[in-house]
Amino acid sequence: MSKHVTQPDKHGHFGPYGGMYVPETLMAPLTELADQYAKARRDASFRKELAYYLRQFVGRPTPLYHAARLSKELGFTCYLKREDLCHTGAHKINNSLGQVLLARRMGKKRIIAETGAGQHGVATATVSAMFGLECVIYMGKVDMERQALNVSRMRRLGATVVAVTAGQQTLKEAISEAMRDWVGNVASTHYIIGSALGAHPYPMMVRDFQSVIGREARAQVLKAAGRLPNWLIACVGGGSNAIGLFHPFLKDAKVRMIGVEAGGEGIRAGKHAARFAQGKLGILQGTKTFVLQDQHGQIMLTHSVSAGLDYAAVGPEHSQLRDLGRVEYGYATDVQAMEGVNALCRLEGILPALETAHSVGYLLHHRDRFRKKDLVIINLSGRGDKDVQQMEAWDAERGGAR
Amino acid sequence: MTRIDKRFAALKKEGKKGFVAYVTAGDPSLDDTMDIVLRLVDVGVDVVELGIPFSDPLADGRVNQESANRALDSGTTPVGVLDMIARLRTQTDIPIMCYTYLNPYHAVGYAKMIKRTAEAGVDGLLFLDMPVEESRELNVLMKANGINNITLVTPTSPEHRIKSIVEHASGFVYCVSRAGVTGMQKTLSEGAADLVRLTRKHVNLPVALGFGVSTPELAAASARAADAVVVGSAIVNQFHQAGTSPKGRKAAAAWVGQMVNAVKEI
Repeated sequence: MSKHVTQPDKHGHFGPYGGMYVPETLMAPLTELADQYAKARRDASFRKELAYYLRQFVGRPTPLYHAARLSKELGFTCYLKREDLCHTGAHKINNSLGQVLLARRMGKKRIIAETGAGQHGVATATVSAMFGLECVIYMGKVDMERQALNVSRMRRLGATVVAVTAGQQTLKEAISEAMRDWVGNVASTHYIIGSALGAHPYPMMVRDFQSVIGREARAQVLKAAGRLPNWLIACVGGGSNAIGLFHPFLKDAKVRMIGVEAGGEGIRAGKHAARFAQGKLGILQGTKTFVLQDQHGQIMLTHSVSAGLDYAAVGPEHSQLRDLGRVEYGYATDVQAMEGVNALCRLEGILPALETAHSVGYLLHHRDRFRKKDLVIINLSGRGDKDVQQMEAWDAERGGAR
Repeated sequence: MTRIDKRFAALKKEGKKGFVAYVTAGDPSLDDTMDIVLRLVDVGVDVVELGIPFSDPLADGRVNQESANRALDSGTTPVGVLDMIARLRTQTDIPIMCYTYLNPYHAVGYAKMIKRTAEAGVDGLLFLDMPVEESRELNVLMKANGINNITLVTPTSPEHRIKSIVEHASGFVYCVSRAGVTGMQKTLSEGAADLVRLTRKHVNLPVALGFGVSTPELAAASARAADAVVVGSAIVNQFHQAGTSPKGRKAAAAWVGQMVNAVKEI
């Protein structure tokens, strides 16, 4: 295997990152999960079942769309990997589906999950409904307010949505609450983490389930353009859509990659979620990675207009890919993300999620670094219906885009 | 021999059970914690367990989470807690252990923090999010600095894990009486006594049983099944409800005293 294709060791270490930093109560269930996943991955019937539901239920493969007008505006060729066209409107369901199939194999009757923007919660509520499993979603109270549409969708799908009122009431607190539930209910329950973070085997497993994005995109771009892309770009919260796109291209040494974090209101303490811009090595919620924290090791407040990127730690594999120099990480601010939303709406007729819009915003503001003949694949990770109210409020406050 | 080792040796000699009392350091302030600890000593607890507050305590239930928040809101830092313990050491020789998460130690540096912990007069340390697989560096540091490595054994730990967990344990082994986060409950879980027996099969250290102990009856039942009982959330809750007046404090301490007595009468 090429040195650039990152794989964790037995306990989930990606070089100095990752690992299993959880209470002892969770060690046996996590070990069991890792074993079961390893078996399922080798099992042709599991892969066949997953492929079937990805095709017939999720609607894969998603198109790789040549964004002609965006390309003209930016001055280089852009393709959009249309994960927004997945059932439920984002890439999240690739992982929820894989994990729910695994949970069924393990005989679990109850599914829990955290959610930030609500897309992972909706995807998990959806696959739980499809298989008739009880589903409980933990969501920060602040996120429930800013992503009210997704709360309604989850409840309609039969999930119980639990408001988390601890701390800053966003994704981080929702993860802690879901872990507490799991600690108390490990025998009956599978915890579907929604991003490539947390303790082993989650970062690896979530990456594997999301890698369908990159595998498809690689074949599609070769067919459509007859060559590999020069660049891949994706937004990074925990980093699941990004790692899903990037991983199948890691061995293609000439394909360069950019992960875009949430720059929020700018790189000042508490005003952003750009872990690589201001974070330090730390341990949070099961994994060792870059974490926004103060000098005493307390986790800092974060801010982003997008609930899905508003998290203090980044998935551990991204930390390793950054160290290896294989992927570079930048950020887009709230303002730049909103510019990305508007550009994609007007140029391509596509309303992206606020998370996704960070990638577009980054390209708009860094277009000079790309050459005219470059081919860029943007991971269009989700659609923006859930964010319409927030976008309206943004415009109302700032005399916005109309 | 740490103060914890000595206390358990003495308890064994007397044929008595031990009582470990937990409070969060800095709730509502570090000066209050000094006062509370001295009151706990007065009512006869054997070991004081001080939580070093962390912003994201994922193994803790609501009571301890809110307690940690109050401590952080009052400006409590890990180093501040250790300095407070050093001050306490001029007034009491009670065995003290700390309970925390890895990140506050990692942020400053493990070697530096462990040295400082030992210098403050701390006898034992428990990291909630450090399974045996991730413990090598800290095991070495704690041993070199004469700090007991207090490890958790839980109802989900299979026997082969218990065996490797207790390999590095010292002071006592902390058996968690139920799968779940910290917090109060009414009865002793089935299986708690079995877990203690299984643990004793692999280690010759005292075993304490805890998580969810909230009444004198449950404290006694837990202590009977093990060598000591750990009471946490219930004490945190009691002191929080009692407020900061000397009268309230006295009543809260007396309430703990009743639990201690129930354990000592066994």
